[in-house]
Amino acid sequence: MNRLDSLFQKKKNNILSIFITAGFPKLNDTASIVKQLQASGADFIELGIPFSDPLADGPVIQDSSTVALANGMTLKLLLQQLREIRKEVNIPILLMGYINPVLQYGIEKFAKDASEAGADGIIIPDLPMQQYLEEYKSTFDQYNLKNIFLVTPQTTEERIRYIDTNSNSFIYLVSSSSTTGKKTGIDGAEDYLSRIQKMNLKSATVVGFNISNRDSFQKACKYANGAIIGSAFVKAVSNSNDVAQSTKTFVDSILN
Amino acid sequence: MIEKVGHSEFSVNEKGFYGQFGGAFIPEMLYPNVKELEDNYLRILNSEKFQTEFRGLLKDYVGRPSPLYFAKRLSEKYGAQIYLKREDLNHTGAHKVNNTIGQILLAKELGKTRIIAETGAGQHGVATATVCALMNMECVVYMGAVDIVRQEPNVKRMLMLGAKVVPAESGSKTLKDATNEAIRDWINNPVDTHYIIGSVVGPHPYPDLVARLQSVISEEIKWQLQEKIGRDYPDVVVACVGGGSNAAGAFYHFLDNKKVQLVAVEAAGLGVNTDKTAATTARGTEGVIHASRTILMQTEDGQIVEPHSISAGLDYPGIGPIHAHLFKSERGTFVSATDDESVEAGFELCRLEGIIPALESAHALAYLKKAKFKKDDVVVVNLSGRGDKDLATYIKYFDQEKK
Ligand SMILES: Cc1ncc(COP(=O)(O)O)c(C=O)c1O
Repeated sequence: MNRLDSLFQKKKNNILSIFITAGFPKLNDTASIVKQLQASGADFIELGIPFSDPLADGPVIQDSSTVALANGMTLKLLLQQLREIRKEVNIPILLMGYINPVLQYGIEKFAKDASEAGADGIIIPDLPMQQYLEEYKSTFDQYNLKNIFLVTPQTTEERIRYIDTNSNSFIYLVSSSSTTGKKTGIDGAEDYLSRIQKMNLKSATVVGFNISNRDSFQKACKYANGAIIGSAFVKAVSNSNDVAQSTKTFVDSILN
Repeated sequence: MIEKVGHSEFSVNEKGFYGQFGGAFIPEMLYPNVKELEDNYLRILNSEKFQTEFRGLLKDYVGRPSPLYFAKRLSEKYGAQIYLKREDLNHTGAHKVNNTIGQILLAKELGKTRIIAETGAGQHGVATATVCALMNMECVVYMGAVDIVRQEPNVKRMLMLGAKVVPAESGSKTLKDATNEAIRDWINNPVDTHYIIGSVVGPHPYPDLVARLQSVISEEIKWQLQEKIGRDYPDVVVACVGGGSNAAGAFYHFLDNKKVQLVAVEAAGLGVNTDKTAATTARGTEGVIHASRTILMQTEDGQIVEPHSISAGLDYPGIGPIHAHLFKSERGTFVSATDDESVEAGFELCRLEGIIPALESAHALAYLKKAKFKKDDVVVVNLSGRGDKDLATYIKYFDQEKK
């Protein structure tokens, strides 16, 4: 069974997901970070595939991408590292990145290799739903990779229903109309989040973008099954000499 | 009128693709903005109100129709009937203003109050700042920090016109990064802002929107040739390609007329076989850049490569999807000209015809030397802009030549 399915079956509240760019801050830090995230109680992980032109990201994640690429991270190396990481980590891991490196790798080969390396799903913000359904879904399904759709405060109710119908895992609720890490906190998103909560979607929901601390995490969890922290965590490990320790300190500050 | 040409094999289909290229590879955050544009652009462009205002401004403000000039001495030199389409004589000095006039009217009709744009050389930034002043709209132009330094006069012009110029500090700090920043701005301002993209690039419907607005170029070429030679098409149309808007405009009404050869000239930089080049079809592979599936220069790992051209307006690692389609289907002839060849062609036009062309347009002129024409071939070269902005670069070469 797909690890994401098991997670969302078992756990309905306060699901914590952490995003980290692969190969950041140092090329080989990813394994220590991911292992520590599991040990400290994160429920699932989003592993960023670094890209030269990350359109939907704010400066923190952009910079982490630039550093990771300069460190020599590639999609191929990322999948090799993931295979090693999987020997010790059993929480769900999603790959998050932009479509171009995936196309260049080859869709079929990517789906196969990612699945074999132990990925449970993908989030590709610039792969629109229509294109996914028409061209990619059958391939990802064949390799048991979930594809995560995004919803924003501007998404119409009709489209949210359509996304819900076509989703095979959780739906990612983008907390505000913004790039990542633009604001701190999700004040102002309550109306939108409660509107979606009242829609009683069949899919689980997880809030992301601008969740930065215990307070915003808890607020988000009032309206959804969980929340994702990205930029704040990337920042927390960015100048660290001991990424495992920094990871522990950060996750503890969210959960305890 | 702007025709509907949805039936042509070279125009965009209802899904936003030219053949296999194009589409709208946008994050969900941009979906409402792009959808609003897609749902409304054809209705607005084809409305009488828009057409009256657009045509009126093109005539009285931009100075259209731009002349189709028979270049006698150039023709003698290259043994063909060479005509120059004088987009350089437009207000603000390039074809870019055809697009910004159209898009600002569109933005007004959509009720937008804030305009954003990206610029490389600063020509599109100036053309956008100009129409924003004209329509009293807030204007923010993103420009790579590197380009801000190398194109300083245009930065000053934008400021004089009341625009805010924001340096793009990410990535390689040039045109592709300015485009990224403009797209990010749009994500963060989804309601009141219209993004005036400067070429036939970006998500559908932009490539089609910009091509339609620029199609006035070939519309005029048709009747101007009819007047001059009694035939409404040439044998060859030549245009430079950065993103490809002046080329798309010059090709537009000839796309389905296979008697017309369409020549697209890319910037080879120091040479197509060096890593300092912007010759996208020669060096690129298929992928997605700025939300469009097209041909772009990238690494094996799918990272977008920074191009090089002496001309900042051609310094872009992709091409519009319509050109990827023209290339792949072999409807278009894709060639390239190096920095040196182009500067030389620019000087030649100065001396033979008394016209200083933009460095971008000089790439199109450089093709004349490589082509084999018959004596009575009618060749139209799209002179997309004037060279005032490039004087510093020309002078540097001129001084070196004298030594
Ligand atoms: C004079 C001129 N020609 C051509 C271009 C290239 O753009 P496009 O390929 O969209 O026509 C530019 C862009 O700045 C320009 O200023």
